[in-house]
Amino acid sequence: MNPAAPRKGFVPKPKALNCPQCGSQIELRALGAAAGVICSYCSSTIDATNPQLQIIGTWQAAMTIEPAIPLGSRGKLKGVLWEAIGFQQRGINVEGTNYFWREYVLWNPYQGFRYLSEYDNHWNFVTPLQVLPAPSMSGLAYAGENYRSFQTARAYTWFVIGEFPWMVQVGEAVDTADYINPPKMLSSETTENEVAWSQGEYIPGTEIWQAFQVKTPCPPPIGVYSNQPSPYAGRVRNSWLFYGAMCALLFCLMVFFAILAPSKTVLNKTYVVNPASTAEKSFVSDIFTLDGRNDNVEVGINADITNQWVYFSMALINEETGQAYDFGREVSYYSGTDSDGSWTEGGKTDDVLLPNIPGGRYYLRVEPETDPAVAGGLTSSIPFRVQIVRGRPFYFRYFLGMFLLLIPPIWTSIRAAAFESKRWAESSTGGSSSSATDEDE
Amino acid sequence: MSTRNAICPNCGAEIRFRWSGAVQTTCEYCKSILVRNDINLALVGKAADLPIDISPIQIGTEGIFNDKPFQVIGRIVYRYDLGTWNEWHLYFSDGSNGWLSDAQAEYAISFQNSMTDGPPAESDLHRGLLMTQHGVPLYLTVITEAMYETTEGELPFTSYDKEQCRFADFRTNDGRFATLDYSENPPLLFLGQFVAFDSLKLKNVKEFEGWPTA
Repeated sequence: MNPAAPRKGFVPKPKALNCPQCGSQIELRALGAAAGVICSYCSSTIDATNPQLQIIGTWQAAMTIEPAIPLGSRGKLKGVLWEAIGFQQRGINVEGTNYFWREYVLWNPYQGFRYLSEYDNHWNFVTPLQVLPAPSMSGLAYAGENYRSFQTARAYTWFVIGEFPWMVQVGEAVDTADYINPPKMLSSETTENEVAWSQGEYIPGTEIWQAFQVKTPCPPPIGVYSNQPSPYAGRVRNSWLFYGAMCALLFCLMVFFAILAPSKTVLNKTYVVNPASTAEKSFVSDIFTLDGRNDNVEVGINADITNQWVYFSMALINEETGQAYDFGREVSYYSGTDSDGSWTEGGKTDDVLLPNIPGGRYYLRVEPETDPAVAGGLTSSIPFRVQIVRGRPFYFRYFLGMFLLLIPPIWTSIRAAAFESKRWAESSTGGSSSSATDEDE
Repeated sequence: MSTRNAICPNCGAEIRFRWSGAVQTTCEYCKSILVRNDINLALVGKAADLPIDISPIQIGTEGIFNDKPFQVIGRIVYRYDLGTWNEWHLYFSDGSNGWLSDAQAEYAISFQNSMTDGPPAESDLHRGLLMTQHGVPLYLTVITEAMYETTEGELPFTSYDKEQCRFADFRTNDGRFATLDYSENPPLLFLGQFVAFDSLKLKNVKEFEGWPTA
């Protein structure tokens, strides 16, 4: 291949021109690329596509706005250096109220045009699209993602200065439609001749301030913007995933401890008490071993009684140290018949769980008391069974844990729903949002 | 690429053809438009001055598209109501040719292609019109009335005899596009896709005063 003679192309800075309308000097930044130049002194739109620089028209702007990013300043966004060359304020009218937003034209001689839009200090970096988004069930499909319809409006240009890739004029009207998939947004602007699509991406104002080294302080955004990413996006899902993981972990712990330290019956024996007897009724059990270090001990009593009560004064006593754990339990069971039929009260069994009993050799001292009178002279002995189980699994704390762990994901979900409801409160089309609730204050 | 040299019949400067298929070229020195008939070059006119020229691309720019290297060897400048745009004529390393369009730094590469379906009649053109070519559904987005502003370098056809033309631009849901050029009958079909500037890995682009090179 015979290489072409390298012609070192060089494009000098465009010279300033004098406004053909008012004679003021207009600094040019993208002459040849920009189609329309707006004189900042007389608001004339000048056709910059011809060296003759014809005046397209002069409009008295209804207002004068100072751009927050001075035209001519440069900043690096998305890895590319951009120069702010144009600025316009646009507005829509909703039920008699004008809502204004601002747009900056960014230019790079190699990359072309991009835009920054700002409403209530919410910023978007906007890239023109050459691809047509396709209609989808929920709105639009673009690059494998779905966008939901958010707003349609007719936008008017109220104020404009600088250079634009089209012949922008004060009073220019376009029909706009916005579709959102935070932090992204698709917008169309329809004029008589063309439908122009663009994609916006939400960008914090502070990032722009830093990139363009804006001297004034960056004002904080007001409210929730259409494609502002929810601070809860992802967090809702993550909090529920975390909850699921913690529940699984608790369940594993539960199973693990049930296998590692199964509960063990260390005493299961039946004794008798004779209510009529005047003999000493207290006795001690055989010695049994409680394994492990600190764990619970369940003492269960099952007394075969009817219309009777038995009170057990008990003590779990460590044979080696003499440490005693005193407690008393009562078993009472009554039954009978009255006008309403048969009834029962109380029960023949009782369980008590003693927490944190150190391991060691123990015995149980039992002193049953009962009402000799109720026995009605019947001297029959009352048999009762005492069962001692070491290391009852304590399931309640697992369920309590699972319940308490519910609080963060539920809270996050509520906050996320509130954020979405604020977002959709500004929507004119409502998207297909049926889930947006209105509980937020 | 077989290079053939010739002499400008107007000023005697050497004319170098980079592409054997070139039908028309412009003398770099005297801007004469020259049409190649067999071995002779016929002087058919004079190219107009280039408009305010801010495209980063120039004759001699090299790049890569779909892994195929190309070189920019010619250019047509069209004028329309938003100014001008460039159709850069590309010569690919495999001998094929195509076009790199640069409209306000929106770049697209296309190739002339045969039509699998009949083109819409010029009088039927309207926004939203659906056309299918090579199985690709294409939606008409804009109809552009354009003028030949000027040309530069080597072209695969003659342009000196053309002045006005109508283009119908079609877009798709996936970044491809088509243009119907109604300056001929039947219209010419160009099929291609939009490209990001960085993806072309262009070398020998223009420098802009005060800007870091891309």
